[in-house]
Amino acid sequence: MEILNALVALSNFVLIPAIAYGSQLALGALGVTLIYGILRFSNFAHGDTMAIGTMVTILATWGLQALGVSLGPLPTALLAIPVGIAGAAALVLLTDRLVYRFYREQKAKPVILVIVSMGVMFVYNGVTRFIIGPDDQRFADGERFLITAREFKEMTGLDEGLALKSTQGLTVITAVIVVALLFWFLNHTRTGKSMRAYSDNEDLALLSGINPERVVMVTWIIVAALAVVAGTLYGLDKSFKPFTYFQLLLPIFASAIVGGLGSPLGAIAGGFIIAFSEVGITYAWKKVLGYLMPESLEPSGLVQLLSTDYKFAVSFVILIIVLLFRPTGLFRGKSV
Amino acid sequence: MRTLGLFALVAVLILGTGFLQSWNSALIILNMGLVSAIMALGVNLQWGLAGLFNVGVMGFVALGGLAVVLTSVAPVPEAWAAGGTRIMGALVLGFVTIAACVLAWKRLPRGRRGWAVAVLSIGGFFLYRAVLDPGVEAVEAVNPAATGFLGGLGLPVVLAWPVGGLLAAGVAWVIGKTALGLRSDYLAIATLGIAEIIIAVMKNEDWMARGVKNVIGLPRPLPYEIDLQNDPGFVDRAAGLGLDPTTASTLYVKLGYSLMFTAVLVIVLVLAQLALNSPWGRMMRAIRDNEEAAEAMGKDVTARHLQIFILGSVLCGMAGAMMTTLDGQLTPSSYQPLRYTFLIWVMVIVGGSGNNLGAVLGGFLIWFLWVQVEPIGQWLMNAVTSGMAESSWLKAHLLDSVQHMRLLTMGVILLLVLRFAPRGLLPER
Repeated sequence: MEILNALVALSNFVLIPAIAYGSQLALGALGVTLIYGILRFSNFAHGDTMAIGTMVTILATWGLQALGVSLGPLPTALLAIPVGIAGAAALVLLTDRLVYRFYREQKAKPVILVIVSMGVMFVYNGVTRFIIGPDDQRFADGERFLITAREFKEMTGLDEGLALKSTQGLTVITAVIVVALLFWFLNHTRTGKSMRAYSDNEDLALLSGINPERVVMVTWIIVAALAVVAGTLYGLDKSFKPFTYFQLLLPIFASAIVGGLGSPLGAIAGGFIIAFSEVGITYAWKKVLGYLMPESLEPSGLVQLLSTDYKFAVSFVILIIVLLFRPTGLFRGKSV
Repeated sequence: MRTLGLFALVAVLILGTGFLQSWNSALIILNMGLVSAIMALGVNLQWGLAGLFNVGVMGFVALGGLAVVLTSVAPVPEAWAAGGTRIMGALVLGFVTIAACVLAWKRLPRGRRGWAVAVLSIGGFFLYRAVLDPGVEAVEAVNPAATGFLGGLGLPVVLAWPVGGLLAAGVAWVIGKTALGLRSDYLAIATLGIAEIIIAVMKNEDWMARGVKNVIGLPRPLPYEIDLQNDPGFVDRAAGLGLDPTTASTLYVKLGYSLMFTAVLVIVLVLAQLALNSPWGRMMRAIRDNEEAAEAMGKDVTARHLQIFILGSVLCGMAGAMMTTLDGQLTPSSYQPLRYTFLIWVMVIVGGSGNNLGAVLGGFLIWFLWVQVEPIGQWLMNAVTSGMAESSWLKAHLLDSVQHMRLLTMGVILLLVLRFAPRGLLPER
């Protein structure tokens, strides 16, 4: 019993939140890694791309809610995601046309593109705040829980309850579907194969007749889709606030780098490594240990390694440790 | 000629603020412009001269702010008695642990060193927390509403400026040692991360500088306005100039800061110019332009990078200390990367990277715009919305959103400069 209780407490406070957060990070990191692989720069505007795309989704959700459309137990935002993706894709393609293409043709150094993406970040950030404001926005509706803690206790007769939020379940399912689609696309379609070829060796790909502008365009559309899905899931799970999305940049970059920049598999692994370390290190383990240890050894404090405000610090420390021992990440990413 | 013209333009803008709005706002802009110019010089040293991509400016600025508290606030004897020595002991223990890990990694044979470092670091961490936590609790329990921290050394506040530089130098050394061997993008992410860590530590470690409870009423190097107003000699002189005592005292204090900051800026600028035109500066630019060639010529690229990374960070730390002195308070939650990292970058790029005068110009110009975009935007929006109905939601929304014009404008300026004048307003010669 005690062990089961400990396991339930662990799932409730560590495993489930970390898996949900990890899926969101992985989707974000996939976007960063694709841009790095194809366009060869670290996109600082990615967090704000997520924010602006999610904003479009939220506006569409509100529109649908006003029209009385709903998905029953599921959040209405799922219906609005395609609108968000279309909006974000249009925006990033326009940005590429107006801003990035010039530097691509100039063959500017990658670091110049990074600075350019800083400018784009400012603009996106400003636009988001201009339209929806800097405050928290709630747009989740539908069923809040798949299982509540009370139901779970009644069902199993354990002391410890397990609450599974519907957004957490939804996050994991959506993330699995999106990632499966992405890998199928990269491995089995012509465009996907040409993207991989372009990422591996630009000159060779150009020689074999791949149209670079098309590759770039498809990449941006995929990145926009990933960003909107990740952003919407994060917003449903926690809440939407432009500044939070800007701050997500650090754990997202950490995930992509820990896995190895340019490696999609690495991005997913990195996302989960970062999420599990963040949640695990900032969780107060008192409850779980209380169940596991004999009474005499029960801890008196919270057994929290670091306060929750240090979660960004955790992702960065993991990043540094990995880089010290494996300079191009766990999955041997590339370096421009 | 161009340099002179652009600086004259900035002067006109600030003087214009003085004539059109008030001399008080003009001096506020000037003072922060001076501080921004020093930060921009620091970034320019790293980026313009050596091509190092540091997006952790905020962290160094915040360290400067912390230095003001640590140097100039009077110590809290009760807190020291309660747990001061314990905390200091824990910090020493922490450093010993890290040193032991580094030593173990260097000395032990390949197979065993990983485990040794893991055991040392995890064991050391728990030991450190076991020693630190009771001390922290004791210190934070001492009169938490007013103190709850150890206080500082009680030294004159101007000393905090070099101390801020030293603190920044120490942290820059650590980052440089770990991240400078990596590629430029990785260095960028590493600095971004360390800046967030510094802010997180400052927000959470209340025993150090009260965390988010803020330290207010920091000592200042200049007299207080209220004392000036009560000084008959000062009031007489103000009357002689045709000013009322209140305005005269605020102007006097702000002007005092301007003079002190100008002195620092001039010294830093002269040093930066000498560095730029010295053999050392030529070597740095050679390394920046072609690392392999420089390395082949026998230059120690990593050591030089570390050197200039530290130097640039020192300037940011000093400027941070000056800024906190000017504010008279330390508020860790006010440090935000958009304002303290990315805006400084806009200053350097717009002013002209690689050109010290360009960085200074960028500092003044962008700071002026950052402050004035809001009133200009307000005016613009009023003009745009003047035709709309009073009750229209769009009008209310547009007028409310004016404050967010800043970010948008800065982004557009950065993108336009990068596109049409990639070398900035004052290009490198």
